[in-house]
Amino acid sequence: MANTTKGYLDMQLLRFTTAGSVDDGKSTLIGRLLYDSKSIFEDQMEAIELSSKKKGEEHVNLALLTDGLRAEREQGITIDVAYRYFATPKRKFIIADTPGHIQYTRNMVTGASTANLAIVLIDARNGVVEQTLRHAYIASLLQIPHIVVCVNKMDLVDYDEEKYHEIRNHFMEFAPKLDVKDIRFVPISALKGDNVVDRSKNMDWYKGSTLMHILENIYIAGDQNYVDARFPVQYVIRPMTDEYHDYRGYAGRIDGGIFKVGDKVTALPSGLESKIKSIDTLNGTLKEAFAPQSVTMTLEDNIDISRGNMIVKSNNVPENGQDIKAMISWFNERPLAINGKYSFKHTSSDLRCMIKDVSFKMDINSLERNYDDKTVKMNDIARVEIRTTKPIFYDSYRLNRYTGSFILIDEGTNETVGAGMII
Amino acid sequence: MTNINHLRELESESIFVLREVAAQFENPVMLFSGGKDSIVMFHLARKAFFPAKVPFALLHIDTGHNFEETIQFRDNLAEKHGVRMIVKYVQDSIDKGRAVEEIGVGASRNVLQTVTLLDAIEELKVDCAMGGGRRDEEKARAKERFFSHRDEFGQWDPKNQRPELWNLFNGKKRPGEHFRVFPISNWTEMDVWQYILMENIEIPNLYFTHKRKVFQRDGMWLAFAPFMKLKDSEELIEMDVRCRTIGDITCTGVTVSKADSLEEIVEEIAATRVTERGGRSDDKRSEAAMEDRKKEGYF
Ligand SMILES: Nc1nc2c(ncn2[C@@H]2O[C@H](COP(=O)(O)OP(=O)(O)O)[C@@H](O)[C@H]2O)c(=O)[nH]1
Repeated sequence: MANTTKGYLDMQLLRFTTAGSVDDGKSTLIGRLLYDSKSIFEDQMEAIELSSKKKGEEHVNLALLTDGLRAEREQGITIDVAYRYFATPKRKFIIADTPGHIQYTRNMVTGASTANLAIVLIDARNGVVEQTLRHAYIASLLQIPHIVVCVNKMDLVDYDEEKYHEIRNHFMEFAPKLDVKDIRFVPISALKGDNVVDRSKNMDWYKGSTLMHILENIYIAGDQNYVDARFPVQYVIRPMTDEYHDYRGYAGRIDGGIFKVGDKVTALPSGLESKIKSIDTLNGTLKEAFAPQSVTMTLEDNIDISRGNMIVKSNNVPENGQDIKAMISWFNERPLAINGKYSFKHTSSDLRCMIKDVSFKMDINSLERNYDDKTVKMNDIARVEIRTTKPIFYDSYRLNRYTGSFILIDEGTNETVGAGMII
Repeated sequence: MTNINHLRELESESIFVLREVAAQFENPVMLFSGGKDSIVMFHLARKAFFPAKVPFALLHIDTGHNFEETIQFRDNLAEKHGVRMIVKYVQDSIDKGRAVEEIGVGASRNVLQTVTLLDAIEELKVDCAMGGGRRDEEKARAKERFFSHRDEFGQWDPKNQRPELWNLFNGKKRPGEHFRVFPISNWTEMDVWQYILMENIEIPNLYFTHKRKVFQRDGMWLAFAPFMKLKDSEELIEMDVRCRTIGDITCTGVTVSKADSLEEIVEEIAATRVTERGGRSDDKRSEAAMEDRKKEGYF
């Protein structure tokens, strides 16, 4: 915890997920990152020392640090997404800790949706297995820009260079099937600490960075879309006070691009044009704002804009339509209903939709498409065609994770039953 | 430069969540304890709706066992920013027979707050109560969603939470159900202090060093108040202390400290080796204490 009063203003935020099969060492790795970055407090350490002793374990089980709820502690498994935090002088990290069991694809998808980076764990003794493929595919489907493959338990294969290269080559064989720009590999031992925070003395042959060095230094500012300016209006601010009598501010978070005072903008769906008059915050006005800032804009002209509308630059408008093709991940025990109707939440708009067709289901273990079986069950991933009740303004998910994503809500139970990525 | 630091990114996320609450719910309230987390949450709400006023009331569940300064600070804040401050008293729940006072050494009204809170939610027809809970505080909180659904009994079902993806928050519910929303979920204690420093946010003097009568119990320093019972072995001493959290006086530990500026507090937190909840006796009751309380409807 060396982030003191001096350097903290330059710290960046990095969100990452961890994926691995059961027992690949995910919890141990997270525990190691927290421990070696001195993010574990004495009372937390005492609590897990006590638990380890109760269970009759000989070493302090760092994995216990990340086991959240009682049911999980009792069963000794992680069953949901849990968030962990640690910081170094360079960055603050948010880990979405998700389990690797097959039945929990939904948790992995959830954790991946906001991540800048994914750590995929491989047990060096087992090499690339079916689940490795699945984890990498989900990272790619959710467009996580960076994947770091950690070949773990190197201590159990005598820190063997050849073994590491074999696994690396095997992974790279199917990398062309993935849509990820940046894939890196690190040989580690989460248990012993090799190449996690401190460079390994047992693997002189490895010349690359340690995992922590990658996490601290990987360039992430370029991952945002700064080209296509998108501002979904979340809330209209009308103070109705004497001082701000006619004030009408459009509040929202910028989902892409840069907006400057004076920019020519178009409000969607009305298509009416205006110019940005001001960008206001409590700390004063801004000349420009960019993703992911939350701001309030006012326009030169008094046009009718409400929640669910989108402000964009007039020379760069998103796609618009009612017939959407998307990849969806299904979360609910009740299968997806073809011709079924669902609530459809996309940016700040709430509408309804009908599932017109399932084009294919993805076999996420082989990455083959299945055109025959169209029942989309919990944890399935499928390509679907959807019709919305009104036109929506969207970008393909590959271009923008926020204007290209939606969730489906069951109209009877109000549960979030699926998540979609527009093609 | 199109680059923001971690505090600005967290700020932006929290403002987004606060605006979602205003847009998706009809009668939201913001739970206000007078502690730094609720002060930061309120500051973020001012930012979210500027130049309009914060469009919801604040709700304080008052155990009656407060530091006097907290109450003063609370009332000043409400007046200064023109927000409605609703106060509900645990004492009233006890008088009505809705809650039973704990007795003996170590008695605390902390758990009783749940009764008063759930009654207030029902009485005021609140459909969303925002809290300053953070995921880094405690293991059970680490799985809490930003938008956390509660059934008609106010209960949390940690095994059946709605998946939360991107920035799409599902606040749909049936009549009688409500939501708890945690806008600063992703903040750590350090983030909160750095942000208070960066934004120069006013906080109660209790957070800075001051002389106070304290006594030691279970390895913690506790502040003394006249209604508290001491064991024979316990002794009152005056020391230079500051609060690391401000809650019910009976279960909030104090830190021996001479820090009298925000900079010094941040330095001190950076060097600390104990979590802030490590100073709260309510969490020490059992390893799963927080999870049990949360399921029943605690903050
Ligand atoms: N020898 C060795 N054992 C490891 C390593 N990483 C994890 N383990 C052990 O593998 C087992 C499973 O680890 P855990 O972190 O619980 O796996 P998870 O299911 O992926 O969270 C535990 O007994 C760990 O001690 C490693 O790098 N080397």
